[in-house]
Amino acid sequence: MIDAAFGTPLPAPPLRAAGSSRIEHAWAVLATVLDPEVPVVSVVDLGIVRAVSDDGDALTVVVTPTYSGCPATEVIEASIVAALDDAGLGPTRIRMQRAPAWTTDWISESGKAKLRGYGIVPPGPVDLAKGVPLRFVPRAVAPLACPRCESQDTERLAAFGATACKALWRCRACGEPFEHFKSI
Amino acid sequence: MQSITVSSHPSVQYLLRIGDTCLILAQRLAEWCGHAPIVEEDIALSNMALDLVGQARAVLTRAGELEGELGGTRHDEDQLAFLRDERDFRNCTLVELPRGDFAVTMLRNCAVAIFLELLWQRLEGSSDGELAAIAGKAVKEARYHREHAADWVVRLGDGTEESAARLKAALDLLWPYFAEIFEADAIDAEADAARLGPRWADLRDDWRAGFAAVLSAAGLSLPAERAFRSTGKIGRHSEHLGYVLAEMQHLQRSFPGGVW
Repeated sequence: MIDAAFGTPLPAPPLRAAGSSRIEHAWAVLATVLDPEVPVVSVVDLGIVRAVSDDGDALTVVVTPTYSGCPATEVIEASIVAALDDAGLGPTRIRMQRAPAWTTDWISESGKAKLRGYGIVPPGPVDLAKGVPLRFVPRAVAPLACPRCESQDTERLAAFGATACKALWRCRACGEPFEHFKSI
Repeated sequence: MQSITVSSHPSVQYLLRIGDTCLILAQRLAEWCGHAPIVEEDIALSNMALDLVGQARAVLTRAGELEGELGGTRHDEDQLAFLRDERDFRNCTLVELPRGDFAVTMLRNCAVAIFLELLWQRLEGSSDGELAAIAGKAVKEARYHREHAADWVVRLGDGTEESAARLKAALDLLWPYFAEIFEADAIDAEADAARLGPRWADLRDDWRAGFAAVLSAAGLSLPAERAFRSTGKIGRHSEHLGYVLAEMQHLQRSFPGGVW
């Protein structure tokens, strides 16, 4: 199966294990649906899929958007429906749930490891203190470890990157640019 | 294509003010795509435009649903964005002003992001569950926009003679338009009474403190109040909005319902 929008080959959906329920099987399938922009982490790794329920006639998959304007949202929803259909689990209803708002704290540990392996520094824990001040405080951005050479001698080049969820960094030690998945 | 008529209910009007302010600022920021001084800022401005469009879509969708719930004709986000005439847009005049130079764009972004962060924080407690949910997401985005713009305002103000002069000129140009944001009126009062959202006037002191702190770090201070009031929130706009709408709406007006 090819993701039509991005041409990324998707892994074959897992076969239903003996004795597993429709919902367990659906979660296993969802774990193979990859983010179109970061095609190493699944929608389950990212914490976008909040719940799956079996309503008899259809499966309902509850998803939470990452960013208000993330253009991948519609592709992700279509990929979820297609993957569950291919596994014979459909029809599927997608229910969009905004609250509570998605946070990078929902990205699984294995998802964070996959991001790092892909060359994207995963987000650290969300700093709750950021929610408080409105005063202007000049901020030194704490350095990140380079995903390639582990050096801490890195700098942020830009607060925004190629997608809404990432910022652009550079390693002074090895000279390579890299991306950081912003903590929100 | 015939224009739509939107509910005059204060709750709908209050939501339109939020959605339209995000939508029109997004249009102005998107104009920078391919034109920003450096590629990183080109990407940053497009990213922020995308966040604002996303916020506008959600709020306009809710406004259209509310029209239906109040017994009127329900409209979707596209109808509200593309089929309203200029007089039915409720954005603050500030966001429709031309993008100007980089100093104008950054100073406006900073002022608007400080305001929107305060607004979304309060809207997280809205009696409207959907609006509260939208706010929970948007507040994080506004915070990030504010940090980005404030950094640039300080950098320009504290930079070269040229950049400081440009920033000062931007403040002189934009300052008269900030006051409108915090003008109290019946729509605000009704939103407050219905616990839909705060009176924007109640955010004024916090906004002034936040904006003054950034200006101070940039070597500037808040100018004196002026008597002039722009009136975009009640639909009386500057000469600039019509051109924004002509570009934004042209396709849907020429090819009604067109999709791709």
